[in-house]
Amino acid sequence: MKSKTPIFFLAPAMAIIALFVVYPIVDTVRLSFLSPDGKFIGLNNYVNVLTSNDVLNLKRFPFTHPPWGSLIHNAVWIALHLPLSLLLGLLFAVVFRNVKGSSIAKSLIFLGMVTPMVVGGWMIRFMFDRDLGIVNLLFRLVGLSDLANKTWTAWPQLSMLATILGAVWVWTGFSMIVYSAALATIPREYYEAADIDGASGFQKFIHITLPLLKPATIVVIIMTILEELKIFDIVFVATMGGPGGSSSVLALQMYLMAFKYFEVNKATAIAVLLALLTLPPTIYVARSVRRG
Amino acid sequence: MKFNITRRSILKIVLTAVAWALAILWTTPFIGLFMVAIRPMEEIMHGWWNVGHFSFTYRNFITVWTGAEGSYPLHIGIRNSLIIAVFSSIIPLAISALAAYVFARFDFPVKNLIFLSIVLLMGIPQQIIAVPLFRIMKDLRLLNTYLGLILAHSAWGAPWIILFLRNYFLTLPKELEEAARVDGASDFQIFLKIVMPLSKPALLSILALQFTWVWNDFFFALLLMMTPDKYVATQCLAFLKGKYHVPWGLLGAGSIITMSLPILLYFALQKYYIRGMIGWVIRG
Repeated sequence: MKSKTPIFFLAPAMAIIALFVVYPIVDTVRLSFLSPDGKFIGLNNYVNVLTSNDVLNLKRFPFTHPPWGSLIHNAVWIALHLPLSLLLGLLFAVVFRNVKGSSIAKSLIFLGMVTPMVVGGWMIRFMFDRDLGIVNLLFRLVGLSDLANKTWTAWPQLSMLATILGAVWVWTGFSMIVYSAALATIPREYYEAADIDGASGFQKFIHITLPLLKPATIVVIIMTILEELKIFDIVFVATMGGPGGSSSVLALQMYLMAFKYFEVNKATAIAVLLALLTLPPTIYVARSVRRG
Repeated sequence: MKFNITRRSILKIVLTAVAWALAILWTTPFIGLFMVAIRPMEEIMHGWWNVGHFSFTYRNFITVWTGAEGSYPLHIGIRNSLIIAVFSSIIPLAISALAAYVFARFDFPVKNLIFLSIVLLMGIPQQIIAVPLFRIMKDLRLLNTYLGLILAHSAWGAPWIILFLRNYFLTLPKELEEAARVDGASDFQIFLKIVMPLSKPALLSILALQFTWVWNDFFFALLLMMTPDKYVATQCLAFLKGKYHVPWGLLGAGSIITMSLPILLYFALQKYYIRGMIGWVIRG
């Protein structure tokens, strides 16, 4: 059937995406190869960025406290935040599986995912505050006054850790919800069959539950890595990347460089690097879409 | 046998207790936020958990709403956020539904290539368009306007909505549409009268998620909205500063006001919300 319908139906969405997303991406890539006065300088901006201590500080990493450069900070985010939020989400999903009133409890934990990340950033300041912080209170109760008597977001040794741990608190609801949905699809008969064979609860978890959770785990890992690479609001509000760049991340660095220090070309190089990092997980998503 | 049942029920009680303890522990920071919002500063200075002297005040809410004491008036921020989020949900939904229908039901050259490129746009960071977007909006005189921010959000939201709806349309039976075509209905009539009503659950999922996403967004607003009369709610919160120390009371009150709409939306549309989130990550 020859029809003009596709063109008319596609036109509005394609036009707006082309003008406000695709063209800006192409232009960002172009700018990243130019000097501030518009001359083509090849990969110079990339070399400058990757050799700057703000992005990659191998003299300090890992033996002195941060700043280690925002690229390493993003890697630390993935190394700490991913396993913590994944395991806690799994734990919550399993614990809440057969519990009365669990949907309300799960909603309470999921609240972090519904609230603006800007509020999440303030909550991190609040949770790790010397006078008002609930985390500081916990450390005071167990006698670790060194950790209790500091506002974590104001100390280079602790600021990145505070943002990461706070983001675990914000983000755990996501993996919990995905795991809960996956658990609900496991047929009861599997467990009944295992009961007949005399399997223990632990054996059932290892041999039935965990293997069947693999697809959900992949989803959580991919989506969480994407968010960790793109983390911005939380750090902007909680620490503004400080003190002294000790909690800076790529997305925030790009913004400050472009709109505060007006080093636009170097900033676009960081943006391209960040986008390249998000590409492998995105391609994975795209491939599974095609299959599905 | 009886012993077994009792042991099982004890286990269940313990598990329930542990589960609720976890949920309450996880909610503690929000309880703290609530406490600093409704109590005077002197009382919370040495810990909001001390409830020996407990007095209630709604002053923080009034102050942050009207913008006294150097804060940006939140009633303006909420109004702006509302305008932006409503239009930035409806517009991309309308244009993406049309496009998704084409990807689900029509064949044309380079269709798969275009579709895959759109899918690839879903994961990229907002920073990759920041500088040119700012310049385009400046050239179009759309900086610091509702229209500029709405266009940015609409374009940014369109790819995931197209993907989500295309997958949903593929699950709909074709027979109804074919019958209508035999009766002489145009493609647009079929889309509007048959496909859209059948897609109500998917449309609600998208509206809930996109509205929340735009309402909670900070980066595009930070980029494009420059004066306090155009600040959205998240900007009002992020820019809140005290003279000597953090104005926790105002922050608590402002956060509660700003959070309440997405939370209400979540509880009202929970089913669609979760289905939307899980549907698009698991199917996607």
